[in-house]
Amino acid sequence: MSDRSDILGALRAVAPFAAPLPDLTRLAAVRYPDIRDRFAKSVVEVGGRCLFVDGTLEDALATIPEYLQALKVVSLVPGVAKANVDLAAIKDPHQLADVDFCVLPAELAVAENGACWIVHHGGPNRAAAFLTQHLAVVVPANALVHNLHEAYARIQFPSPGFAMWLSGPSKTADIEQALVIGAHGARSCTVLVTS
Amino acid sequence: MTDHAARAASFVADDARLHWHDKAVWFVRNKRDIARSFVPEWEELRSLGSQIKTHTLSRLADYLEQFERNAIAAGAKVHWARDATEHNRIVHGILRERGVTRLVKSKSMLTEECHLNEHLEENGVEVVDTDLGERIVQFRREPPSHIVMPAIHLKKEEIGELFHEKLGTPVGLSDPKQLTEAARGHLREKFLGAQAGLTGVNFAIASTGGVVVCTNEGNADLGTSLPPIHIACMGVEKVVPSPHELAVFLRLLARSATGQPITTYTSHFHGPRPGAEMHIVIVDHGRSGILGREEYRNALKCIRCAACLNTCPVYRRSGGHSYGVAVAGPIGSVLAPHVDAKKHAGLPFASSLCGSCSDVCPVRIDLHHQLFTWRGELSARGLVPLRKRVISRLSAWVLARTWAYRIFGKLVRMFAPHLPNPWTRTRDLPPMPRESFRAQWRKRVGPK
Repeated sequence: MSDRSDILGALRAVAPFAAPLPDLTRLAAVRYPDIRDRFAKSVVEVGGRCLFVDGTLEDALATIPEYLQALKVVSLVPGVAKANVDLAAIKDPHQLADVDFCVLPAELAVAENGACWIVHHGGPNRAAAFLTQHLAVVVPANALVHNLHEAYARIQFPSPGFAMWLSGPSKTADIEQALVIGAHGARSCTVLVTS
Repeated sequence: MTDHAARAASFVADDARLHWHDKAVWFVRNKRDIARSFVPEWEELRSLGSQIKTHTLSRLADYLEQFERNAIAAGAKVHWARDATEHNRIVHGILRERGVTRLVKSKSMLTEECHLNEHLEENGVEVVDTDLGERIVQFRREPPSHIVMPAIHLKKEEIGELFHEKLGTPVGLSDPKQLTEAARGHLREKFLGAQAGLTGVNFAIASTGGVVVCTNEGNADLGTSLPPIHIACMGVEKVVPSPHELAVFLRLLARSATGQPITTYTSHFHGPRPGAEMHIVIVDHGRSGILGREEYRNALKCIRCAACLNTCPVYRRSGGHSYGVAVAGPIGSVLAPHVDAKKHAGLPFASSLCGSCSDVCPVRIDLHHQLFTWRGELSARGLVPLRKRVISRLSAWVLARTWAYRIFGKLVRMFAPHLPNPWTRTRDLPPMPRESFRAQWRKRVGPK
């Protein structure tokens, strides 16, 4: 405990004069005339694909080549025909090492950066989102927001819990600045916007 | 010659490589400019980011206590370390008590600063850096040369040779896509075999007790969703008041770093997953000292985006290793002398004081002013070489006297090209004008 009181004491002893927290509600953050169009463009810019689902979700999934080829499919969205992993039977995340395709629901999506808000509601299957070779994210059209400020105004954190912004597929440019899709996580990411 | 210049000597000796590095890094700065152009409120966002940090630093202890309370409520265990030694001891203690010998790590500049890897390896823990760039430099047994792109100093052919030796890729393979694929296979095995995962912390949210980790590769997420232990290491300055302030920094960070609108994965951890453990190590390691120094405390606002490295003409042309510290570039040069002023006295001189670093900083740190202030302080403390001090004194004396300036100007025009000059070892002296500016002006506009 002594390190704790030492550190807090040292920080208090030298604390600068109190400065006010700026009022973020006065910030006029960017908004877009066509939020759906901007979101779709952002998803493409971060290396993903964006599909607007007119018919059934399954029809839309059937247009994704990686879904059609997948053998082991995890879905956290109900009603996906090819889902064949019983998540209740997963006791250890290592059992998900060979997942080919994973379908995740998103609660929010942000037009300015193509990011989808994915909340994990417990259980050992969190790893599926990262171990899978390919990803699809399903988000309702009415969950689109313009920018991150609007997004965080609507977010309630699960605590304890895990949530993330996912913006496109896994990527790296660590070798000579060459962009390579599929570093450690998903090699492709398709966002399906449902109405 | 300063230590920085001496260390940069081998880098600048290869002219073609120097220009290649310069271009590669400038390319990233350019991507930042493009990303910024899509955010009309960018300058206001930078000001808000800076003001939020000013506020947070004025109440840092309160926010840390609030963060700790909420993190514990979410199920995390919180540890405090006053310095690098204590930090390393805590991390090793957590691993030892649980018999962990295989650790996967995602990027953490703090652990680089604390030399955690060396400490754990000496104690028999296999540490695998899982960020691709960090794995590359770890294979080479060298530190990262850039805080966001650790292997920016290497060419793909060199990485190909390294992977041939370490991972058995075919001789001559240098395609980034295929090399990345080889690393993906190698590191998957490490993720699946790891007993614990360690991450840095980009932001710690006081109001919720959560920590936020940003990566593009997904390595922090694989490293924390497979093994049952997650250790997150953070400096005291990482705390932000609430998710609303977090939004400002997330909008600034990736755009400033790589020109992306946000990183691929921005993970919010509130406590461990069910059946797992989460440890948060909060580290001071000199930060309270910096907070106590008004002229330097703004450096604690840094969100480690590396925009100041990418824009710095000295960094781009001398490489990250020339700084001899974990964090290179302008921000590294203002932080390092706090740790050891004598050892790093040369770093504040590794700058042209052009001010570009301050112009791109997403939280408006007055970097070039701090570099300048350090020069004065180091000089006053007698830590600057005598030759530099004499030259500075002489210059000040000359610049303060018009008559001396005129005579000196004439002497320089006559003799400078013929004198031995260390400045011209890696540069060409421009041809000297025949007449002074004053004389040329008089010719053009006539006597006053």
